Amino acid sequence: MGLADLFRRRGTGSIAKDRLKLVLVSDRAGCSPEVMEQIKNDIIAVISKYIEIDLDGLDIKITQTESEIHNGSVPALFANIPIKDMKASKK
Amino acid sequence: MGEVIVVTSGKGGVGKTTTTANVGTGLAMLEKKVVLIDTDIGLRNLDVVMGLENRIVYNLVDVIEGNCRIRNALIKDKRYPNLYLLPSAQTRDKNAVSPEQMRKLADELREEFDYILMDCPAGIEQGFRNAIAGADKALVVTTPEVSAVRDADRIIGLLEANEMNETYLVVNRLRMDMVKRGDMMSSEDVMEILAVDLIGVVPDDENIVISTNQGEPLVGSDSLAGRAYMNISRRLTGEDIPFLDLNERQSFFGKLFGKRKY
Repeated sequence: MGLADLFRRRGTGSIAKDRLKLVLVSDRAGCSPEVMEQIKNDIIAVISKYIEIDLDGLDIKITQTESEIHNGSVPALFANIPIKDMKASKK
Repeated sequence: MGEVIVVTSGKGGVGKTTTTANVGTGLAMLEKKVVLIDTDIGLRNLDVVMGLENRIVYNLVDVIEGNCRIRNALIKDKRYPNLYLLPSAQTRDKNAVSPEQMRKLADELREEFDYILMDCPAGIEQGFRNAIAGADKALVVTTPEVSAVRDADRIIGLLEANEMNETYLVVNRLRMDMVKRGDMMSSEDVMEILAVDLIGVVPDDENIVISTNQGEPLVGSDSLAGRAYMNISRRLTGEDIPFLDLNERQSFFGKLFGKRKY
């Protein structure tokens, strides 16, 4: 491995750490990928009744966030739903 | 009154039995009266790691079922007279014993021993529930790999749900050379993910294989793993021991640039 590679290459240790953090969030919440998929589809169905959303840019996942009530982090449902057209679904 | 400590991990093959044998032997070397219990019914292993496989007459299930007295089933260690093993049964299954029976056994042994170490089977089923039933403390063994850490997290969650008061982490088989080049999670990384207090970091050491081949725990020897295990035993007795510098066998330049305490 050359010196240049040494700087460019990201250690696989940090990849492992990031992957673990993600998988543990859903493990700890007891939320399987199948359930997540159902939640996602239901959210899409509800929101699509009112506005047109960008399905490709849609991102729904469970993350950790600092709790406002008690100390420590709690799981949170994070949804980033880009809107294509506010008036799209006005019938 | 003795203390009951369960050594567990979730995932198999991360070093539960090796940790039980070495930490237990370390406690015996510190003049404590220790009994090691192999709770892995059907997959007996602690006896061969301790080198006591030829001395087994009775086992854990015999004691539970009342076929013999506890003292008839305990095997005295080859080297330390204050160290005993209660072997598991090889021809029975996990359902031969209940958590309630294990709790009762642990409480009886507390009267006579300073430390009772339970070597837990892999998994989260009956064998795990049996092993943790009577325990006051848990040592969760993991290696710095995604699968082992994920399983350790699950185990920690289950221990909490079972109202385990004290849970400590042992990071086993750490390779400092890989950590330094960024290709292995460090013990700090693992600790951060699992959010449990660290009680020991054991380097990957070929001497472990050599000592297991001979059936003699290497705790207390001059090898890095031997010293790391002795430190865990000392910390369990309440001593405040700094973490080993796992870099110390490195070259001068390695020392100069990469010195981190573990």
